[in-house]
Amino acid sequence: MTTVSMTVNGRTVSGQCEDRTLLVQFIRENLGLTGTHVGCDTSQCGACVVHVDGKAVKSCTMLAAQANGSEVMTIEGLASGGDLHPVQAAFREHHGLQCGFCTPGMIMSAVDMINRYGGQLDEKTVRAELEGNICRCTGYHNIVKAILDAASKMGDGARVAAE
Amino acid sequence: MYATNYHRASSVEDAVNLVSTSDEARFLSGGQTLLPTMKQRLAAPSDLVDLRHVAAMKGISVSDGSIRIGAATTHAEVAGSSEIAKACPGLAHLAAHIGDPHVRHMGTIGGSIANNDPAADYPAGLMALNATIVTNTRSISADDFFTGMFETALDDGELVVAVEITAPAKCGYAKFPNPASRYAMTGVFVAKHGDGSVRVAVTGAGSDGVFRHQAMEQALAQNFSAEALSGVAVDDSDLMADIHASSAYRANLVKVMAKRAVTAAG
Amino acid sequence: MGMEGIGARVERKEDKRFITGKGRYTDDMVVPGMKHAHFVRSPHAHASIRNIDTSTAMKMPGVIGVLAGDELASDGIGSLICGWMIHSKDGSPMNMGDWRPLAQTKVRYVGDAVAVVVADTKAQARDAAEAVIVDYDVLPAVTEAVDALKDGAPLIHDNAPGNLIYDWEIGDSAAVDAAIAGAAHVTRLDLVNNRLVPNAMEPRAALGHYDEGEDHYTCWTTSQNPHVARLVMSAFYNVAPENKLRVIAPDVGGGFGSKIYIYPEEIVCLWASKKTGVPVKWVADRTESFLTDAHGRDHVTTIQMAFDADNKMLAVKADTIANLGAYMSLFSSVVPTFLHAILYSGQYVIPAIHCNMRTVYTNTAPVDAYRGAGRPETTFALERVVETAARELGISPAELRRKNYIREFPYQTPVILCYDSGNYEASLDAAMTAADYNGFPGRKAEAEARGMKRGIGMSSYIEACGIAPSAAVGSLGAGVGLWESAEVRVNAVGTIEVLTGSHSHGQGHETTFAQLVAQRFGVGIDSVSIVHGDTDKVQMGMGTYGSRSGAVGMSAVVKALDKVEAKAKKIAAHLMEADEADIVIEGGQVKVAGTDKALGWHEVSLNAYTAHNLPDGMEPGLKEGAFFDPTNFSFPAGCHICEVEVDPETGKTEIVQFVAADDFGNIINPMVVEGQVHGGVAQGIGQALLEGTHYDPETGQLLTASYMDYTMPRADDLPGYTVSNTVTPATTNPLGIKGCGEAGAIGAPPAVINAITDAIGNNDLAMPATPQRVWAALRSAQ
Repeated sequence: MTTVSMTVNGRTVSGQCEDRTLLVQFIRENLGLTGTHVGCDTSQCGACVVHVDGKAVKSCTMLAAQANGSEVMTIEGLASGGDLHPVQAAFREHHGLQCGFCTPGMIMSAVDMINRYGGQLDEKTVRAELEGNICRCTGYHNIVKAILDAASKMGDGARVAAE
Repeated sequence: MYATNYHRASSVEDAVNLVSTSDEARFLSGGQTLLPTMKQRLAAPSDLVDLRHVAAMKGISVSDGSIRIGAATTHAEVAGSSEIAKACPGLAHLAAHIGDPHVRHMGTIGGSIANNDPAADYPAGLMALNATIVTNTRSISADDFFTGMFETALDDGELVVAVEITAPAKCGYAKFPNPASRYAMTGVFVAKHGDGSVRVAVTGAGSDGVFRHQAMEQALAQNFSAEALSGVAVDDSDLMADIHASSAYRANLVKVMAKRAVTAAG
Repeated sequence: MGMEGIGARVERKEDKRFITGKGRYTDDMVVPGMKHAHFVRSPHAHASIRNIDTSTAMKMPGVIGVLAGDELASDGIGSLICGWMIHSKDGSPMNMGDWRPLAQTKVRYVGDAVAVVVADTKAQARDAAEAVIVDYDVLPAVTEAVDALKDGAPLIHDNAPGNLIYDWEIGDSAAVDAAIAGAAHVTRLDLVNNRLVPNAMEPRAALGHYDEGEDHYTCWTTSQNPHVARLVMSAFYNVAPENKLRVIAPDVGGGFGSKIYIYPEEIVCLWASKKTGVPVKWVADRTESFLTDAHGRDHVTTIQMAFDADNKMLAVKADTIANLGAYMSLFSSVVPTFLHAILYSGQYVIPAIHCNMRTVYTNTAPVDAYRGAGRPETTFALERVVETAARELGISPAELRRKNYIREFPYQTPVILCYDSGNYEASLDAAMTAADYNGFPGRKAEAEARGMKRGIGMSSYIEACGIAPSAAVGSLGAGVGLWESAEVRVNAVGTIEVLTGSHSHGQGHETTFAQLVAQRFGVGIDSVSIVHGDTDKVQMGMGTYGSRSGAVGMSAVVKALDKVEAKAKKIAAHLMEADEADIVIEGGQVKVAGTDKALGWHEVSLNAYTAHNLPDGMEPGLKEGAFFDPTNFSFPAGCHICEVEVDPETGKTEIVQFVAADDFGNIINPMVVEGQVHGGVAQGIGQALLEGTHYDPETGQLLTASYMDYTMPRADDLPGYTVSNTVTPATTNPLGIKGCGEAGAIGAPPAVINAITDAIGNNDLAMPATPQRVWAALRSAQ
């Protein structure tokens, strides 16, 4: 067992877990933040995507211990107060979700994508950037539309400092 | 995954010491291959030594055509480096197409080459670029480093610290991904070096991992153009065959991707 | 149409929770004291079980129980069943092999459940499961249906000689043979409809909780039809009587058919909860899902289509072998028969039709309905043979179809179905216009100049949805009725709850069902709540599959609304001293037509509950229920056109445009309907281009058991879609809805393959048309 501490959605949290505990398990089981999902075993589906220290990662492919001391943001931390994040709003407006299971990972990936590209996204880039997120319901059409719309609404101001 | 013990290394020495405490200990870099393997219970290291916080293993430096990339540098960092894009654009392109954005945020060049997956991208790049792999004890040429499928020249407990490359005159990488896994079903890296020599390295296709294609290298040394490869035969007898691609299809892809890599190199 | 009524593009109410991470799926449920299950599964495709030794596993850390099949049997838990009886053409009933929830004497596919471990944590349960020692006597295995029928094939169930489940037929064989013999032209194709794995993104899961104090069971599970689950677990598996068993299907992350069925795991979790005294949760990992979710398709078909000298269709003859896997899943028998064979008329006037269907056991995962269920298999065979015939006859594929379309309705086909309405030419024209079909030669020439091979293909599909009526399906062998129920409860303050037996797992019912109420009473959808997915709340229902929720489930809501409206009008007429016939309800007001007299909707509802002033003899309250049993299937139809470019050097296909022009009858929410088409088309393109399921023919190991080897369609594999609708309302339900959930998966595959074969000039191309296959087909065409 090990003790891990991290900042999750702006709140400092700590907990005991086995060293083999994945970050996604820690988030879901220790913290009860069940918006982050697990859809595969091979690090491909992206239902588990969260931001660690500002970058989108697969929380199923990272140990909780590796995130010790890090800043983590999950889907639950994206909206500020009662206001949806523009990407969340765009997913609803453009019907970019159906069953909702892949949605948290999709949205976290989309936010990361817009952080990196700002308003300069085009359809081809969005589709390529979604390689690590699988959706079985929507056929991606409306997800792509939602991301492009959110990116254009957020504009270049959305782009965070280059890595 | 099976139970394991996590350690966070603070320096190269610390990492090497930590891993030496158990026969079953492993270095954990980005973990994008090791952790999925452990989750499937196909690997069971007793201890994991996390390298992500070793400052000496991070970062990119380029000066006078000499490129040094710390082993714990992520694919996203290589892909996003303006210095790499300028000095070795083929390598930036390669890094930008490893896995997906999330994998690129975690996965590292050192982790990739130490694992030497036969479908990984970096081995082809480093072999074609005639890179030098720097470990905690020595320097190894890429030709000597990659010794076969999932096999390298690394000794037990030896740690890749950095990769050194002399910027080539031209280079390009073309990959045909496996439709399911998106690993390279065939990837070809072509580099024309300052001395006029050409190296062509192929990943994803060889039944014993990454390899150089001498006939293509000779043809391109004479005439660095896609057309120069038209007459070169690709023997399929040592190529992999699986449900996604026969060896004959891979042989075709080797040639097609090589041509496209040359075109990309400009 | 109002802002939120029928036909309005209303944003989904349910999205708020999904986009903020507040959805509640089965794996999110936590019950105090809950422990975790891991199943011990067969690593062999076919083996006898000599012995199961659980002694070491029992001593492992955290282990609470290790349970195997003998114990389950001695507790009287029944075997899994197929709920639709099919008789072979010789009159004999289908050969249903015994499917134990935990295998006792024999395992029949890789993944067959043998034992279950319950432990404090998931990891401990898995650790201990590895310590359960099962002594197997490995037997030869067979994975392909055609091989399973051969002499000397391994026998999978003793009561199914030759591994044959049934040999069934429909139609007039003699008439078809005569028509083929006398035809001016016959086109024949040998086709494989590739096996698919449904891959809902949420893996299956179950949480079983036995409450000893109440002697009551609760099961949270990933189900498309919790009431059917409760019925079957109660009536056939003997888990608990219905009044002692509550099944809850909370948010469910996609189904596509695979979550219709009752699987061993939910039965075992409920039983194990009682045995161990703790709530037991099981969540599949993805490989477990690949191994054990019911797969789809897997048909081998020879189809012939005969034409007269004027290119009129004379006959269709289909001979199919369908692989049903190791056991008969819940509705596996009906998919190849009454969801497949009776569609062979397509959109065409075909005087003679015959289909022979043999279904077969193999050492593979059970096969059952997957999005489209039988109809994609029919449509693929028909639309490939029509397109091929056009090429052979030297006429345009559009004209050959146009020449043979059914134009008068109702139309009685030779194979049971009677189509009530449609306009197939309208769909064809809409699709051809949207695709700029006539401009294709120019685009092909332009592609050729870039070294790319461009092709175009179409398909005119029809499907049968909202399978009904119950009396008819009963006569065809169904073990259940196929109606739907609804209850509309108007609260005293005028807000409304609609309880439905339909289940939403992505379809957006919480919004679209509310739109019906908004339309009827002029109240906002925020004052309407849709209640579903819980057998303690909704009395009975048949669930969501087969594109039935609109045509059947919403129709039940409409019937209940009719009753509520009638009672509300009576109350209002009484209160306003007006004639009941003069009362109109609109905009949240209950008015007397032609006067300025009006009551708020909430005033009428409040009066219903205060009951201070109701018409003589009227019961208080405003709550009505209804069941709806349609008089016929509904028949969505349409035309899909696909245009591709093939890279001749690699064989890689890019879909450059995909057009769908569909007739779903009337539409409640166009945004939701478009989403259904997009998703269905993506799955259809997935089948055509990407998704192949491979078992090792010798060992029976599933080679495509993860996303490393099974190609899930990703965003960069797919195009944007151009979708539109033509409308001929269904005549068999009050809303005129035909259903939209499966059309994409049905129409797309033949359109894609017709396009690629057009591009490469080789008609012999199997699905999925992977780059390797297309490259090889190009080479053999040269």
